Amino acid sequence: MSDTLLEVRNLRIDGTVRPPGEKPKDINIVEGVSLTLAPGRVMGLIGESGAGKSTVGLSTLRYGRGGLRLSGEIWLNGRNIQTISPGQLRDLRGREVTYVSQSAAASFNPSIRLMDQVIEATILHKIMSKSEAQKRAVELFGALSLPEPESIGSRYPHQVSGGQLQRVMTAMALCPKPDLIVFDEPTTALDVTTQIDVLAAIKTAIKHTGVAALYITHDLAVVAQVSDEILVLRHGNMVEHGTVQQIIEAPKEGYTRALVSAHSIPHEEQAATDSPVLRLEDITASYEGRIQVLTDVTAEIHPGQTLAVVGESGSGKSTLARVVTGLLPPDKGRVLFDDQPLPPALADRSLEQLRELQMIYQMADVAMNPRQTVATIIGRPLEMYFGIRGAEKRRRVIELLDQIEMGESFIDRYPAELSGGQKQRVCIARSLAAKPRMIICDEVTSALDPLVANGILKLLLNLQTEEGVAYMFITHDLATVEAISDSIAVMYQGRLVRYGPKTEVLTPPFDDYTDLLLSSVPELRLGWLEGVVQNRKMESAGF
Amino acid sequence: MILMAAQRIALGCLLLVAASILIFAGTQILPGDVAQSILGRSATPESLASLREELGLNKPAVQRYLDWLLAFLSGDLGTALSNGKDIGESVAGRLGNTLFLAGWAAALSVPLAIFLGLLSVRYQDRTPDRMISGLSLASISLPEFFIGYLLIYFLAVKLQWFPSVATLNADMPLGEKLRTIALPVMVLTMVVLAHMMRMTRAAILNVMQSAYIETAELKGLTPFNVIRKHAFPNAIAPIVNVVMINLAYLVVGVVVVEVIFVYPGMGQYMVDHVSKRDVPVVQACGTIFAAVYIGLNLVADLVSIISNPRLRHPK
Repeated sequence: MSDTLLEVRNLRIDGTVRPPGEKPKDINIVEGVSLTLAPGRVMGLIGESGAGKSTVGLSTLRYGRGGLRLSGEIWLNGRNIQTISPGQLRDLRGREVTYVSQSAAASFNPSIRLMDQVIEATILHKIMSKSEAQKRAVELFGALSLPEPESIGSRYPHQVSGGQLQRVMTAMALCPKPDLIVFDEPTTALDVTTQIDVLAAIKTAIKHTGVAALYITHDLAVVAQVSDEILVLRHGNMVEHGTVQQIIEAPKEGYTRALVSAHSIPHEEQAATDSPVLRLEDITASYEGRIQVLTDVTAEIHPGQTLAVVGESGSGKSTLARVVTGLLPPDKGRVLFDDQPLPPALADRSLEQLRELQMIYQMADVAMNPRQTVATIIGRPLEMYFGIRGAEKRRRVIELLDQIEMGESFIDRYPAELSGGQKQRVCIARSLAAKPRMIICDEVTSALDPLVANGILKLLLNLQTEEGVAYMFITHDLATVEAISDSIAVMYQGRLVRYGPKTEVLTPPFDDYTDLLLSSVPELRLGWLEGVVQNRKMESAGF
Repeated sequence: MILMAAQRIALGCLLLVAASILIFAGTQILPGDVAQSILGRSATPESLASLREELGLNKPAVQRYLDWLLAFLSGDLGTALSNGKDIGESVAGRLGNTLFLAGWAAALSVPLAIFLGLLSVRYQDRTPDRMISGLSLASISLPEFFIGYLLIYFLAVKLQWFPSVATLNADMPLGEKLRTIALPVMVLTMVVLAHMMRMTRAAILNVMQSAYIETAELKGLTPFNVIRKHAFPNAIAPIVNVVMINLAYLVVGVVVVEVIFVYPGMGQYMVDHVSKRDVPVVQACGTIFAAVYIGLNLVADLVSIISNPRLRHPK
C-alpha cells in the first residue's frame, strides 16, 4: 500500500487543570506537532519531563490521560482516527497500535496470570485462536530471552522481576502483530545492568517483526541505540527532527546540542590527604537483626573531596547513609569523624556533631515542609545551630540564595512555586546553612532531567571548591560518578567490590561486577548496544 | 496463607467466647434476678431462696457460666422460664424462618447491589449513576417501618398483590411461602441495597485509578468489560466485606420488619423474652446472633485472604 503508516498533522493537546479553590483553567500541553512514520521504522521521541512525549505517544491510540483533548489530524493506515467511531477505535487499540508503559509492575492486573493478559488483545480482536496465540506468546517469551518461556506465562505478575515484567509487557504488545508499538520509557525504572538486557531484547524484537515504533525516553543515549530517527520535543513543541546520526553528530538547535553534551563536566581527581574527615571501619548492619544489608564496609572520605558510592537498587547504598547519619546503628564497626568515634545512634550525638554532617535527598519536594517559605526553610538551621535571628538571619539566607545561583527574589516563595531543580537547590542551601564539614547526597539528581541535573552537579562542585565541604555521593548513575568524584566505592549485595581513587577504579582490569556495571551504561554512539551484546556473547562462549 | 486463615478462624472462636462472656455478664448485672421475676408479687424470702436453690442461682457466677457454656455447646440451650418450653426447639423453628427471610432478601439484594454498582461506575457522574445514587440514598434514608407501611398500603391494601401479614406455616408450598414474605423481603432489600451498592461503586472506582485499567482500555476492551474483567476482581475484598456486614444485619437486625409484618422470626422471639425477663432465652438468642455476626465477618476475612493473588500464589 502506501509507504506511510502514521502521519500526525498539527497535533494540539489541551487539558483542564482544577487548582483547589480556583476556577478551572485550560492549559495547552502540546502544540503544532507533526510527524510521519513509515512501516517498520522506529522514531525516538525525546525531551525532558513535561515536554509532552507520552501525550504525543498516546495520541496515536487517541487516548488522552485525565481527559486531555486532542485536536489536529492523526492518520493511521490511511484514515484519520480522530473521526472514527468508538467501536472502530476499540478495534484499532490492541490490534493496530499497542502500548508498553514505563512501569510494567503497575500495568499488569495483579490477579490475572501473565499468559491470559498477554494474549487478551489477540483473542479479543480475533486475530488468532487461543492456542495459536499461546504458542505465539511462548515464542515471543523465548525471543525476548525470558527464562522458562514455556511456563512463565502461568505465573502472576508479582512472581517475576521488574526487568522480566517489562519484557513480558513487550511480548504483550507484540502478540497481536500490530503495525505500531508505542514504547513509553520502557527501561527508565530499571537498573542499568537490567536495562541493557531489556533494550537488546526490544531492539531484536523490533527488527525481527518489522513493527514500527515510537520510542519515548528522556535518555538520548538509550534512544540512539534503538531508533532510526529522533524527534526532540520541548514544552510541547517540536525542536528538531532528524536521523539519529544527524541528531547526535550534528545537532542544529541549541537545545539539542545541550542535550547531547549534557554529561561532560570535567573534574580533575584530587589526591587523598593524610587525615580523612570521615572513616568507616568494618561496618556491618542489618534490619531488625535479621536481614543483613551491609557486610564489612570500610571506606574514608577526605576533606573537600567526593566519595561516590555506586551500585544497583538493593546494593545497600542508602543503608550506608543511614548508618553514617545514625538512623541505623550498625551491628559491628565504627564511624569516625575527624578521628573521633561518632555515637552509633542519632539520639546520642551532640548538636555540633549533627551540624557537621548534613544530608540532601532524592525527592526534594518531600524533604521540605510545603507550608514554609524558602526563608523559613533555609533559616531554620541558622537559628538552630548558630542562634541567628531577625535581620541577620534574612541577610544570611539571601547570601545562601546567591550562592545557589537563585537570588533574593525567591526568598518568600513556597516549595510549590519552585521547579524541581530549584527545589533541590533550596535543599542544598539548607544543608550549607549549617556550615557542615560533610554532606551526604542520596541520589540527588536521579529525579531531575539531564540538563537540570547537570546544573546541580556543577553547583555542587563549585560549592565544594568555595566551602571545602566533603561529599558522600550516592548514585546509580555512573556518568554522574565520573563527573563528580575523587574516589569511588562500588557496592554489590552489601559489600564493597571495588574501592579506591577514581582513575584507579575506572581503569582496567576490572572485577566482573564493575565490568558489567560500566559496560552497561548507555553511550551516546551508534552501534554501542550491538557491540556490548556481541562482546558478552563472545565472553560467555569462552573467547 | 493457610496459617493466616487458621489465625483468623482461631481469632473468630476467641471472639465468640468473649462475646458469650459479655452476654452472660450483661444478664447478671440486670437488676433483680430470675427467681424474683418468676415469683413476682407472690415472692416471699423463703420461696425466693428455695427457687434460687432449685435453679442453681446460688452457685458462683463462673461456675454457672461454665455450666451454661458446656450445655450450650452440647446443644442444650436450656428451658425458657416463662413457659417452661425447651429453648432449642423454639429457636430452631424461629431461626429457620429468619434465615429463610434473610436468605431471600440477600439473594435479591446482593446481585442487584453489585450490578447497580458496576452500572454506576460505567456511567460515572452521568444520569444513570445519579439516578441510582439518588434512589438508593432515598431508600436508605427512609426508616424501614415507613417503607414497610408504604408497601403494605400500596401493594397489599390497594393492589392486593401480596398479603400484608407474613405468617409462615411449615406446610406451605414454596411459591406460597415466597408470596407471603414478598413484602418484608422488599423492605429489607431496600434497606441494605444502598450501602452495598455505594461501597461496590467506591471500591471499583478506587481500582479504576490503576495503571492496568489503562492497559486494558488500550487493548480495546469495551468499558463494561474493563470493569468486569479487570476492575471487579481486584475490588472483591472490600465488596465482600460490606456484603457480609449487611448479611449479618439481615439476620440480627430485622426486629422492626418482623414486628410490622408479624413474621415469626428470631428478632421478635428475643424481644418478647426480653420484656418477660426470660434470661436463658435472651442469653441463647444473643449468643446465636453473635455467632452469626462473627461467622459472617470471618467469611469476609477469609475471602479477602483468598482473593489476594500475592497470598494465594507466593513467590
